[in-house]
Amino acid sequence: MSTLLEIEDLEVQFGRPGAPGTVKAVDGVTFSVEKGKTLGLVGESGCGKSTTGYAILQLVRATSGRVLFGGTDLCQIGKRDLRRLRRKMQIIFQDAHASLNPRMPIGDLIGEALDIHGLYRGKARAGRIRELLDMVGLSGHFFERYPHELSGGQAQRVAICRALAVEPELIICDEPVSALDVSIQAQIVNLLQDLQERLGLTYIFISHDLSVVRHISDRVAVMYLGKIVEMASKEEIYTAPAHPYTKSLMSAVPVPDPDIESQRQRIILKGDLPNPANPPSGCRFRTRCPVAVAECAAIEPPQYPLGGGHWAKCICLKGVPAHA
Amino acid sequence: MTLLRVRNLRTRFATDRGDVRAVNGVSFDLAEGEILGLVGESGSGKSVTAMSIMRLVPEPPGHVAADSLAFDGRELLQLSEAQMREERGSSMAMVFQDPMRSLNPVLTIGRQILEVLRRHQKLDGPAAKRRAIELLETVGIPSAEKRLGAYPHQFSGGMRQRVMIAIALSCNPRLLIADEATTALDVTIQAQIIDLVKRLTRERGTSVIWISHDLGVVAGLCDRVNVMYAGNVVESGPIRELFHRPSHGYTLGLMGSTPRVDGVGVRRLTPIEGVPPNLIEPIKLCPFLPRCRVSVPACQATPPERRDLGGGHWAACLADLAPRSVAR
Repeated sequence: MSTLLEIEDLEVQFGRPGAPGTVKAVDGVTFSVEKGKTLGLVGESGCGKSTTGYAILQLVRATSGRVLFGGTDLCQIGKRDLRRLRRKMQIIFQDAHASLNPRMPIGDLIGEALDIHGLYRGKARAGRIRELLDMVGLSGHFFERYPHELSGGQAQRVAICRALAVEPELIICDEPVSALDVSIQAQIVNLLQDLQERLGLTYIFISHDLSVVRHISDRVAVMYLGKIVEMASKEEIYTAPAHPYTKSLMSAVPVPDPDIESQRQRIILKGDLPNPANPPSGCRFRTRCPVAVAECAAIEPPQYPLGGGHWAKCICLKGVPAHA
Repeated sequence: MTLLRVRNLRTRFATDRGDVRAVNGVSFDLAEGEILGLVGESGSGKSVTAMSIMRLVPEPPGHVAADSLAFDGRELLQLSEAQMREERGSSMAMVFQDPMRSLNPVLTIGRQILEVLRRHQKLDGPAAKRRAIELLETVGIPSAEKRLGAYPHQFSGGMRQRVMIAIALSCNPRLLIADEATTALDVTIQAQIIDLVKRLTRERGTSVIWISHDLGVVAGLCDRVNVMYAGNVVESGPIRELFHRPSHGYTLGLMGSTPRVDGVGVRRLTPIEGVPPNLIEPIKLCPFLPRCRVSVPACQATPPERRDLGGGHWAACLADLAPRSVAR
């Protein structure tokens, strides 16, 4: 397996450096994604998961750090080179309707992506658009339709279709199913999985829904206030979460089984997310952490490797041996 | 003791293309102290059912009719708007999904709580203020006295929803309707709010109608569930019965398409294909038939009747699903 994307010490700061109210939305994020795999990026509102996604695509500029896509640092290259490479990296959003121009019929919405990159010119264009529509399970009738004629699920299919039009290698999925009803959500999740298998796509799947992330991801990174606090394979993180934040997140997700629910011990976190402009010293989770100790305020926890690519940043893991 | 009795509730909305039958013959009872879940997808009629009970459906274009809609023995549809206003906020209260839209952005939190106390409990002055502080403390808002002077935008989403719950519970209502009250919140905050609602309503014996599309939330909170589809209740039962023996094609479909964080059935989801029916067209057979995976030949001939499955569990489905557990 080859690595498609490597993020090194990525930092995104909003506001003038040093000015009051400056927010480090992404603070020293490092990870890599293998070709053809899915990385789930989870966390609550405001943890920086979407900003990380935008910074990878250079939709917001990183303050520092590197984004290596197939070996090229996207933060260092010029506009023209970036535009050429954008063909390889696409994004789909939560609100598909908002990402589709209401005045353009679906055929043109998809065709525009082809035109910009000079793909399938002339007679081949219409055929290719129909082929793409078919790929996402929409019939040729949609060619002439406008976005307002689409249901939420259909609009998301069109958004996926447009992303696929330029034959990308990486798709950043930013909460793509969060606004959909469960039955439609399942259709889109299955579609994304089928397309990945068929086209060898790599996904970064950003979501607050841990159930969906478990379903679709190979590896999962948990973010809190701009930092990744734990990262592991899907199996590890859901069956043996190590960071107290991950544990409380997992315990808060309801399970559709009344017997399991009545037995569950929830870790109810105190309070809200602290102000990101003024994050707590040391470990950022310590103000809500059920197992925080005095030391947590003093030092920022390093990464403790737990074996098999699983690591977490919590001093409670000091001295815990990594398994094979 | 039955607190709320709903019989054949029908709510229509007049549109240029015809009447939309948003709620089409809903019947159920809600006992005192019971937490009833209403689940189903967008457009299934969950919210309109709640709005009809609260008499919050604008008429016209809406029209609410029922054989009976009795709250504590009084027929709500016969009350005047003035009488209804006395009930709303005092004996029946509602919490919505988006607290920012329920709170007035230009009034302080304190003023909005006091308004309810003044209106319904005739409390005023320092006594009202004391009660308001007490309420904010009950719902877990720190330094409550100071927060009375704050505006909604100074609160986080979770805090705003706590304020809404404080307002809703301020007059000790006998019925609380929560319409997707935790849907917009992060899971850790959702867990806090559900914990709070569970505790407060159990303490006070409040009956709750909890509307949600999230089967997990309902499984952990409710005593009984009504599954709604196309404006009707298609299956109803005690929580354990319904989750362990789903007996309607739609309930099965919902469960099959819900991913689980505990990893049960992680391989592939079984979506419900197609889309819900147009509620302007009259529906003669089972409304779920075009999307159903378990339909039988009889479904093409007659509309399904309620089938009693014992223990207060019934389903309007002709397919025999009894021996089946959740199809995974």
